[in-house]
Amino acid sequence: MEKENLNLPSRLESVEEAAKAAAKFAANSGFSEEMRYAIDMAVRESVANAIKHGNLLDETKTVELTFENSDARLAITVRDFGACFAVEEIPDPTNPENLLKANGRGVLFMRSFMDEVEWFNHADGGMMVKMIKKRQK
Amino acid sequence: MAELNITERQAGDITILDMDGKVTIGEGSVALRTTIRRLLGEGKKKILLNLGSVGYVDSSGIGELVSSFTAVNKEGGSLRLLNLTQKIQDLLAITKLLTVFDVYESESEALSSYN
Repeated sequence: MEKENLNLPSRLESVEEAAKAAAKFAANSGFSEEMRYAIDMAVRESVANAIKHGNLLDETKTVELTFENSDARLAITVRDFGACFAVEEIPDPTNPENLLKANGRGVLFMRSFMDEVEWFNHADGGMMVKMIKKRQK
Repeated sequence: MAELNITERQAGDITILDMDGKVTIGEGSVALRTTIRRLLGEGKKKILLNLGSVGYVDSSGIGELVSSFTAVNKEGGSLRLLNLTQKIQDLLAITKLLTVFDVYESESEALSSYN
C-alpha cells in the first residue's frame, strides 16, 4: 500500500498542481493511460470544487488531498474546510432545463470517470469526497 | 506558453477560431470568453470553433463552450463546433450537449452549413 498526502492553498493554480501530483502517483501505480485520464479529470474537478465552492477561494483555507494505492484500486480523498452541502441537491446538468447552464457539471464528471464517489461531512468541519478507481471492472 | 492559443481566420463572414491547448478552469476558459465577447463586439456573429488541437477540456471549459454558444445565439448569431477529439465528444455525450451543438468533421461542410 502506497500513500501520499498533499495540502494545497485555495487558489485556482492548485488545480494544476493537484493534477500533476495525481498523474505522477497514478503512473507510478501502473494505471493505464485511459485510467490516468479518468483520474486526472476527477482530481481536477474535485479539487476545483473544493477551492471554489468549498473554501470559496479563501487562501487561508487549504485543500487536503490523499492518494492511496492498493492491488485492487486507487482511492483519492479531497477535503475542504468550507460549508457542508447536500450533493443530492445539486441540479442534474443533463436535465433539459439545465443544459444551457454554465456551471454544475463537475460532480457529473467525477461520477462518470470514477467507479465510486461518496461525499461526507467531515467530523472536524468541511466536506470530504472519496473517489475510487478500480484496476479491473 | 499560454494554456490556450486561439488563432483567428475569416472565411467570408464566418470567423474560424483555431484553438490549440486546454480549455480548463482559469486561463483557458477566460481566453475563449474574451475572444467570443470581442468578436460579438465587432459584429462577428458566425463563429466556428476548431477544436482539433484542444487536448483537454474540463467542466469549466464545457461551461465556457455553453456560455459562448448562448452569448452568440443571444446576438442572433451561430456558434458551431469543428473537429472534436474523441475525448471532447465523450464529454459532450456525458453532458448531453451533443444535442445542443452543431458539430462538423470537415471545415468545408461546416462553412457550407452557415448558408
